[in-house]
Amino acid sequence: MSSARPYLRPVESLWWAHPPYLAYTLREATGVAVAGYALVLLAGLISLAAGKGAYEAWLGFLKTPWSLALHVLFLIGMIAHVWTWFQIMPKTMPRLALGERILPQRQITAGGLAVAAASFVIIFLIAKGTQP
Amino acid sequence: MPPDAATAIAAREIVIQVLRYRPGTDREPVRQAYRVPFTDDMSVLQGLQYIKDHLDGTLSFRWSCRMAICGSCGMMIGGTPRLACMTVIREYYPGPFTVEPLAHFPIERDLVVTVGGFIKKIEGIYPYLIPKTQRRLDEGEYLQTPLQLARYETFSDCINCMLCYAACPQFGENPDFIGPGVMALLQRYNGDSRDGAQEKRMELVHTDNGAWSCTAVGYCSEVCPKQVDPANAVNQNKTRSALDYFLRFLGRPGGSGSAASGEVNP
Repeated sequence: MSSARPYLRPVESLWWAHPPYLAYTLREATGVAVAGYALVLLAGLISLAAGKGAYEAWLGFLKTPWSLALHVLFLIGMIAHVWTWFQIMPKTMPRLALGERILPQRQITAGGLAVAAASFVIIFLIAKGTQP
Repeated sequence: MPPDAATAIAAREIVIQVLRYRPGTDREPVRQAYRVPFTDDMSVLQGLQYIKDHLDGTLSFRWSCRMAICGSCGMMIGGTPRLACMTVIREYYPGPFTVEPLAHFPIERDLVVTVGGFIKKIEGIYPYLIPKTQRRLDEGEYLQTPLQLARYETFSDCINCMLCYAACPQFGENPDFIGPGVMALLQRYNGDSRDGAQEKRMELVHTDNGAWSCTAVGYCSEVCPKQVDPANAVNQNKTRSALDYFLRFLGRPGGSGSAASGEVNP
């Protein structure tokens, strides 16, 4: 007869709040900021379709202190999301070959971050250029 | 080296707090502290051996090669999954530091965990090459380019140490999750241009306990002592599984061809 009596330790329910998992938790939580941005834009599109009055009301909302504070939060969340997301991205895709060799993961992360930074600058310049 | 020179070097001491569990007498695991003299070149495994030889012969732990090849001595050292043979004690000086059995696995005794579930999973994934087309001896070897090799090579470096399982919170929540290590082995064959059994293995990948239990935490790849990158193996299979799902609508049941693995055999 076996005298084995394996002991299963309980799983720590707050594992996501501890250091090795913090980057992951931050990445997933800041996804809310991305969705928030999308919702604000969607509201803008809907009010644009609804007519001039609705659109100007939406523009008016964007200028309120509440909206500005929300957008600062969204921006911080978005930057954290972009940063952590491009760290994990090379692990979520098939290995990319460049000629006869596999592209190192660090280069994929750097490329993603560079594209994100460039798009930010381009959109900023376009937005600034269209200001009256 | 003369014996007194050896003792002169071993001037420093550190306290190692080991989680002990003796199934006959302990209701639950308890910490036990040991004061261990150590030299700069001593590994945590050597520290445990010192305890067993000089302080307490009842302490149980697995080890074999002491050079990061056999994968036996994985444990939680200072709360992190590491190989005891690859970790030096001086990192934790002045201490104390903890040594516990690998997280998420049932403890058999002291630092020894149950590995039966892990072995069963390995058995289930057809862990061998099943050639696309059988070649006769006179037709020669199955050829492969260096790039085709590079697509799966790190996945073949796994030493089954299970550190990645101790790092994976999803395995902690669901012990039936196939997990990072076995998925790396699965991808070692699925990603091999000579293999033709992807469809069989994908049946396992598609399930809830397959690739979709993973939430891309990525810590498994960080703790891997062999740079196998199991997180990449699991997530490549998510891509493949999703592709298979959509390819069904195009009339390709299973859908697993060489599409995602790239090149076909020359």
